[in-house]
Amino acid sequence: MSDTFETKKPNRRAFLRGAATAGVGALAAGTARAQTPDPLITETQEWAQTFGDGVDATPYGLPIKFEDDVIRRNVEWLTADTVSSINFTPIHALDGTITPQGCAFERHHSGAIELKKEDYRLMINGLVDRPLVFTYADLERFPRENHTYFLECAANTGMEWAGAQLNGAQFTHGMIHNMEYTGVPLRTLLEEAGYDTAGKWVFVEGADASSNGRSIPMEKALDDVLVAFKANGEALRKEHGYPVRLVVPGWEGNMWVKWIRRIEVTDAPVESREETSKYTDTLANGISRKWTWAMDAKSVVTSPSPQSPITHGKGPLVISGLAWSGRGAITRVDVSKDGGKTWETARLAKPGEKMALTRFYLDVEWDGEEMLLQSRAMDETGYVQPTKAQLREVRGLNSIYHNNCIQTWWVRPNGEAENVEVS
Amino acid sequence: AVAQTYGLGRPALPEEIAAWNLDIHPDGTGLPEGQGDAIIGEEIFATKCAACHGDFAEGIGNWPKLAGGMGTLDHKDPLKTVGSYWPYLSTSFDYIRRSMPYGNAGTLTADETYAIVAYILYSNDLIEDDFVLSKETFLDVEMPNADGFILDDREETELAIWSGEPCMTNCKENVEVTMRALVLDVTPEETTTDAS
Repeated sequence: MSDTFETKKPNRRAFLRGAATAGVGALAAGTARAQTPDPLITETQEWAQTFGDGVDATPYGLPIKFEDDVIRRNVEWLTADTVSSINFTPIHALDGTITPQGCAFERHHSGAIELKKEDYRLMINGLVDRPLVFTYADLERFPRENHTYFLECAANTGMEWAGAQLNGAQFTHGMIHNMEYTGVPLRTLLEEAGYDTAGKWVFVEGADASSNGRSIPMEKALDDVLVAFKANGEALRKEHGYPVRLVVPGWEGNMWVKWIRRIEVTDAPVESREETSKYTDTLANGISRKWTWAMDAKSVVTSPSPQSPITHGKGPLVISGLAWSGRGAITRVDVSKDGGKTWETARLAKPGEKMALTRFYLDVEWDGEEMLLQSRAMDETGYVQPTKAQLREVRGLNSIYHNNCIQTWWVRPNGEAENVEVS
Repeated sequence: AVAQTYGLGRPALPEEIAAWNLDIHPDGTGLPEGQGDAIIGEEIFATKCAACHGDFAEGIGNWPKLAGGMGTLDHKDPLKTVGSYWPYLSTSFDYIRRSMPYGNAGTLTADETYAIVAYILYSNDLIEDDFVLSKETFLDVEMPNADGFILDDREETELAIWSGEPCMTNCKENVEVTMRALVLDVTPEETTTDAS
């Protein structure tokens, strides 16, 4: 129930599974010549001789077992229990921009509830001409739209305010996912109910015990908010709000109310628990910002990274990462290999899309020397992702939320990488 | 302009709206009839809340502390509680009635909720133990951090200074590693069998 994450718990064993098991020792250059014929080529392999699985073996498939480390992970000490808690998307192992739903992070305040479509009701009330109740089937009869957006938890990277703490992009930046949503514009539903233009806010809440009520200004509600029932082509996962959730492009994940059951048009914000006690950002002088809705431009190198070390030795190396901004499209990402002394502009895999993850690559020739890898995102407003020092200068150390600082990975000659801060 | 409608959905009945429309605004709008004081609240709190939040609302283990922390918001580790941080009392009534006790939410009556809120206020030294909290007296309680919030000002304080063409070469002379995650050593050991 608390999301004011703990900041320090010493004496936990470090992990570096990638380095331990992925053959970091094999530093042979990529151009090594084979001395003896490769039996994987010269001997007939079982898979080239007999049958694989029939098409009836897997009505709905999971990833192949060799990918079983590409999973959500939680950090036990962050929260008091696991039902008001967080887990992390394995962004260190993913590529492209679409997050597979099955390993897309979860954040609940009273657990992932099971709500079937037949039991689902959505109410619109408050300052409307016609308070309405919709069934799930009703929602599927409104004109739909498709949009791809990132959802980033306000607390993503929050544990890193005080210093370099968790060792892996999954843990430092994995409270994020990016999906293609299908749904009905909230505007359509508000118009169906005949919203009163005196109502400047909507209050939205979920069907779960925590409710997760949040106030959203009417301007945003009428702009691009979606009432979504599909993600990445299929129904929402239970843990992501099945059967219906709110999609609030560019804005902090807490406002993307899951299992949404009610939308109330009001003349004033409710100032609910999730916008007073939580999701308010305390500055150094003890004054706190509220309604910090937009997620600022941010990026992270996903590989190499602590969980994704370099295992192939020197030579060609793909530096890869993600960039995003809640204020528009990513226009450029710069990468530094020397801790920010010099920067090169990376290649965007596709032009940045508004409020969606953008993949970047920098293809380099690694000389085997240590690197202090950083990435720096810019968005279409001209905003440049700041350093942690710059953020701290304005905000101090106690904001908890909205840490969009430049991340540094210290890559060693043996290919291992570590989460560090640099001067 | 009259927007297009589709004739979907059906009118919400007053009973249905009453069942779900529980939000309470800072001005007290939405508060139900009822009342309670800290003396009654202490008993209810002991039974329904103290296992996690402590006998004096001081919190147990990692569970939220509801009392204390006055004057710590500008400290290194601020203690944010109902007393030290929450700007409006309405939020505590709303949240407790709607979402507490954790794991058994929505089971408290209006009187019980008033009493529990009164006990939390008393635990924060904000009311006397004979103060009867009700719809009528609700706004008499002064919340210490009511003025402790400003609207998001990033547009003014940050966007301007972090915009424009950034430095590309010779951006700093020296780079030193100043902090390392492996020294703190708090990352979970990675396994491949912790998927549920």
